[in-house]
Amino acid sequence: MSEKEVKNLEEIFEARIARDEKIEPKDWMPEKYRQTHIRQISQHAHSEIVGMLPEGNWITRAPSLRRKAALLAKVQDEAGHGLYLYSACETLGISRNELYDQLHSGKAKYSSIFNYPTITWADIGAIGWLVDGAAIINQVPLCNTSFGPYARAMVRVCKEESFHQRQGYEIMLTLCNGTPEQKAMAQDALNRWWWPSLMMFGPTDAESVHTAQSMKWKLKRKTNDELRQQFIDQTVPQADILGISIPDPDLKFNKETGHYDFGAIDWDEFWQVVKGHGPCNKERMNARVSAWENGEWVRDAAMAYAEKQSKKKVAQAS
Amino acid sequence: MDKNWPIWEVFVRSKNGLEHRHFGSLHAADAEMALENARDVYTRRNEGVSIWVVESKYITASNPEDNGELFEPAQDKVYRHPTFYNLPDEVKHM
Amino acid sequence: MENQALYKYILGIADNSLILGQRLGELCGHGPSLETDIALTNISLDLIGQTRSYYQYAAKFLGENKTEDDVAFLRLENEYLNVLLVEQPNTHFGYVMARQYLFDVFHLMLMEELQHSKDITLAAIARKGIKEVSYHKRFSGDWIKRLGDGTEESHAKMQEAINDLWRFTEELFQMTEDDRLVTGEGVGIDISKFKEAYYDEVTALLREATLTIPESKFFISGGKEGRHSEHMGYLLADLQYMQRTYPNMSW
Repeated sequence: MSEKEVKNLEEIFEARIARDEKIEPKDWMPEKYRQTHIRQISQHAHSEIVGMLPEGNWITRAPSLRRKAALLAKVQDEAGHGLYLYSACETLGISRNELYDQLHSGKAKYSSIFNYPTITWADIGAIGWLVDGAAIINQVPLCNTSFGPYARAMVRVCKEESFHQRQGYEIMLTLCNGTPEQKAMAQDALNRWWWPSLMMFGPTDAESVHTAQSMKWKLKRKTNDELRQQFIDQTVPQADILGISIPDPDLKFNKETGHYDFGAIDWDEFWQVVKGHGPCNKERMNARVSAWENGEWVRDAAMAYAEKQSKKKVAQAS
Repeated sequence: MDKNWPIWEVFVRSKNGLEHRHFGSLHAADAEMALENARDVYTRRNEGVSIWVVESKYITASNPEDNGELFEPAQDKVYRHPTFYNLPDEVKHM
Repeated sequence: MENQALYKYILGIADNSLILGQRLGELCGHGPSLETDIALTNISLDLIGQTRSYYQYAAKFLGENKTEDDVAFLRLENEYLNVLLVEQPNTHFGYVMARQYLFDVFHLMLMEELQHSKDITLAAIARKGIKEVSYHKRFSGDWIKRLGDGTEESHAKMQEAINDLWRFTEELFQMTEDDRLVTGEGVGIDISKFKEAYYDEVTALLREATLTIPESKFFISGGKEGRHSEHMGYLLADLQYMQRTYPNMSW
């Protein structure tokens, strides 16, 4: 294809997206669109499965049977969401194994929030309330993104995710209505998870490198800063209902803007964790890599068995 | 031998009377496993009463580049639609 | 307590579901594939669900204001009455599937009889459980075949697991004194009569999976009397951690 022809195709492609048409896997697409989507969808999938680990850490220690069942179901949903997203990514011509290799080798990123430890039961509440709350804000607009398989996966994810935040908030509510010890546990969790949750929306707009392109392709509908503000505005009143305080002395409602003003985010900490030096980066990666490596003989056995069975069938038929 | 579990497409009938609809895909080593996995992955919330699985490689798909010749010729066959035919308003039940 | 024997009979069934569900819960996020992870979690959820139904019933025997969680979390180790098989660790995936299958075959036989119990609560729990447990058995049985008749490596690993866990199978059919009492009243099930059918079924599947049936006649038991393996203390340390560290709170 000549350069001119490609340019022509690109123009037609961009016009389709501008008209809100969906792009399907077999449609022609610019290489950059394909690569950007592989990167973003796989990052999203990796975040789901790495995200299983900090919460999975509390399944065996959940304080009641009701909580244990809910947590199991939630962590299982995350595996499901990872699976939907890997599948969407695979329609772009990359295999799940290649995506795993990228994760395990450290080439691919996942949401940094999962590199923080879950050290008390209240962390399970805080993750559901704050981390899932932030995730929902990030994810809902993606139900309308331009790439069909991604949009469809996100519709399913968002539908299932709606119970996650509620179960988290309910845990927090129970703690805050409990003994002073329980309430202190809830406050401590909020203290540790608040700032990392704000960082989930990514660098400030001024620093964000992908925003313009992502907006055009409808991978983003609002900027990082807009989404972060939306999160803060909706979360502060929820903390008030719990009766615990957000660990930001600069936080206050601004009557003029109608939004909460908030203090400076420690971006050095953000980059440190992104670059692999957070409290649990190593543990998370080790857990994923060993699950994969320890499972190899199982996966191989299943393939070998399937092969033998299909040979048997052929032999019986002839 | 390729050691990776192949991809399967999953179709679920949500209730009797409805058609099977494409729900998504998954990996499995054989058809049995694909069915079991489909049940566990796609019907956790009571979404189905029947499942079909088919290994993706057996699906033949049309190519979007041929969309012109495949689908556009149907666009001007307006006589296939009831609105093409003019009848007086007095005619009922038609 | 109005009926100590029935209470203990319920625990003898329910504790198996709790402890096996707990073991499977440890694996969530660490399975050999995403699909397998989701499947194992489903089984765990079924078992925890059954546990809750049994314990809600059992709690009534403990007196007023007692809940399923008192039964689940606040007993001493020697008051848990599960069989030794279900508390064995997740050594590798072969063990997980062997433990599951060896239990599932028994579990389904028990549910199928228990649904006719004179005790309507137990009968109802069993009726619901049959569907779940049938699926568990199908899932674990399929995996035994895949691993047994897969690669050389998987065959060896599967055989190792079967050999190791075989010694816990006979306990499944042992009746405690309470079991006998409750069975005499038409509420409990005479599990000793399952033994032959159980070994026939298991043997047939293991053969199909190209595995050798262990010949050892040495069996170990004690779980049903509250005498557990060394693994049990650690399992309970996790399970009871919150309730023991922060007593008398609601969560």
